[in-house]
Amino acid sequence: MQTKTFRRGIHPLHHMHEGKGPTRDLKTREYVSDTVVISMAMNIGAPAKPCVKKGDHVDIGQVIGEAQGFMSVPVHASVSGEVVSVDSIPSLGAGNVQAVTIKNDFSDTWVELHPLGNVEKVDPKAVIPAIQAAGITGMGGASFPTHVKLTFQAGKTCDTIIVNGAECETHLTADFRLMLEHSTRIVDGLRAVMRALNVKKGVIGIEDNKPEAIEAMQKAAQGREGVSIQPLKTKYPQGGEKQLIEAITGRQVPSGGLPIDAHVVVLNVGTCAAIADAVIDGKPLISRICTVTGAVRKPANLLLRIGTITEDVIGECGGYSETPGKIVFGGMMTGICAPNDQMPIFKSTNGIVVLGDKESRSKDESPCIHCGRCVAACPIGLNPYQIKVAADKSDFATAEKLHVMDCILCGSCAYQCPSRRWLTPSFKFCKDHITAEAKAKAAAAKERASAGLSNASDSKDKGSKEKQSADHASNKEGGANK
Amino acid sequence: MSLRISTAPHMHNPLTTQRLMQYVCIALLPTAAAGVYYFGMPALTLLLVSMASAVAAEFLWQKIARQPVRIGDCSALVTGLILGLNLPASAPWWIAMIGSAFAILIVKQLFGGLGDNFLNPALAARAVLLASWPAHMASSAFVKLSFYRAGLDTLSSATPLASAAAPEYPYSLLQLFLGQTPGAIGEVCKVAILLGFLFLLLTGTIQWRIPVVMVGSVFVWTLLLGTKMLDASLNTALTAVLSGGVLFGAVFMATDYVTSPITPFAQTVYAFLIGLIIVVIRKFGIYPEGVTYAILLMNIATPLLDRFLPQKIYGHLKKEAK
Repeated sequence: MQTKTFRRGIHPLHHMHEGKGPTRDLKTREYVSDTVVISMAMNIGAPAKPCVKKGDHVDIGQVIGEAQGFMSVPVHASVSGEVVSVDSIPSLGAGNVQAVTIKNDFSDTWVELHPLGNVEKVDPKAVIPAIQAAGITGMGGASFPTHVKLTFQAGKTCDTIIVNGAECETHLTADFRLMLEHSTRIVDGLRAVMRALNVKKGVIGIEDNKPEAIEAMQKAAQGREGVSIQPLKTKYPQGGEKQLIEAITGRQVPSGGLPIDAHVVVLNVGTCAAIADAVIDGKPLISRICTVTGAVRKPANLLLRIGTITEDVIGECGGYSETPGKIVFGGMMTGICAPNDQMPIFKSTNGIVVLGDKESRSKDESPCIHCGRCVAACPIGLNPYQIKVAADKSDFATAEKLHVMDCILCGSCAYQCPSRRWLTPSFKFCKDHITAEAKAKAAAAKERASAGLSNASDSKDKGSKEKQSADHASNKEGGANK
Repeated sequence: MSLRISTAPHMHNPLTTQRLMQYVCIALLPTAAAGVYYFGMPALTLLLVSMASAVAAEFLWQKIARQPVRIGDCSALVTGLILGLNLPASAPWWIAMIGSAFAILIVKQLFGGLGDNFLNPALAARAVLLASWPAHMASSAFVKLSFYRAGLDTLSSATPLASAAAPEYPYSLLQLFLGQTPGAIGEVCKVAILLGFLFLLLTGTIQWRIPVVMVGSVFVWTLLLGTKMLDASLNTALTAVLSGGVLFGAVFMATDYVTSPITPFAQTVYAFLIGLIIVVIRKFGIYPEGVTYAILLMNIATPLLDRFLPQKIYGHLKKEAK
């Protein structure tokens, strides 16, 4: 079968199997720790609100955080046991978030589940509510609430569901293992969504450095209506939403738009498997496969309960093999640094990569020599070196003119830059600044419009906050989610 | 435990600016060696003087301007070496020194240092030397070619193309290819240049586009127009490609990152126009050789090319009709 891809891109660690060697052939094993810390902010949008208190007994799958509005999903207990505390912990980004700590009693009692059964027979209308109730968010990294993704504005149409099995990030093998070990679940999840949205075509895209996964998925897709497998060239960021759409359909998502504007919905393989669990068994999202690799003694693919603490995970992997310098949640290209090893894993944590002290040292910038490697790398076709000049001068207007808002923050340019310029961090700063500025402008306009209606200030505040999170979401959504 | 925190990406391609510059130096070694073989000690002295003065000038400037000293990135070394290879072996040592100092201080540092110069420093310096000391830089310079150790003194003009008055072109294609001709130290031996080109390609230092298009353009235009002394023919076109600084310029000077365009299409246009300008100068100009000025002219046009020949951006031009 012909291998498809997008234009430009890079090949990080190409001679080292994309860094996946240490964990590639390790079968997933389950690890359950005795304490979990479950964050209430695991999705883009409004965080959930804790609905249990200290001393409560919870069963697996019990709702412990209630969704706050449409752009939010409920959070469920991932172990059975006693709620030890409900307090705030540092988040993976900035600031603090609410979290529920549960002491595991290892009795593994579940709440009563409401399975819907066979995905081919289930009532299509019941699928999306089931997904929402199961607390499913994009499991490839972007954490976008899945039921929101599957609910279109009037007038938008979808003709293809793309399942992202590219796993282009270096070091990670969680999706690969999932595709090998739970191929049928992925296809079930895809079929459930196809039936729910009445879409006839479902394509599972997999990079060709995973021939076993391609084979396993082809087998699983046999005889399933409308499902096909598309091998993709091994190239970063092949699993970026926009790149995947370009490779598989030949279409482009219009600038500033969402995949649905190209009549496509993209779901991660992990998300599909979670959807199958939610529909067939009625199980909420309480665990996920996570690759633990880098400077740990025994790298592994672990099936972890959401909320397992990094320290316990590292302990399960034999401890650090050297003094850790950085703990990256996600892959090396787009992962986020954990501030300490007490950080619990989230629904979107597909990997934990530990970097040694030497690897994690930041390099000094040297002058740009206009070698053009960033331009040759950029999957969007931007001129990163020019945007960087504008960014260094805080000239956001020029940066915007150079289309910095189209940047997906994949890190390809910064990876390639021989002068080690901080391209991607600068662009993230630009994007955040421009988004915040636009928001402030909108808020100011709103304020002017509502001037005089002083008693409405309360509800207005709430409204703008909700809008803020929605804006944030749509902004993030454009990013590389894998 | 204290952990570092930074924005992604958390790893880099091991290729650094310093490494790239070192690769260019390595790629220039065969050429330099061939130059020293053909022209002897004077060539070696010139190369050493020009490299040392370039690095010294960079060091002094950065000290005086209180900038971080970056001679370690080897970019000044490359400039010095390329300038040295652009000189005729007969040039006096102070020519190399002045040329290097001009390249580094005026062309590079005054315009902002590494990455901000709008002209190739070595080439701009060569142009200045050509204009200021034509006697030392061009056809009146004699040198003993070590290749003709039998005692034959040979004219070392800037290029064989200067023998315009000669009724017949004096060198065979093979001689041109091996470098048994007069010329600047680095430009004579085409075999060595091609070796360097191969090395640069294999290490990914440069892409094939600029050198290949530029040489192809010289070939095609000469085939169409001929030169001052030779009619248009296949042989003439091959001679034109192998004469003077075409190959050396195509591989080592037109490909200078800072002063060449960035997108593939702009690079193609740039290289094609360099080839055209070379042939026009050779056919209609008073100079026998046009490579220096052709590349310098297109250096100046580079920002324009980058600006007016941009790449398509994902999701922009292809607005889908609903």
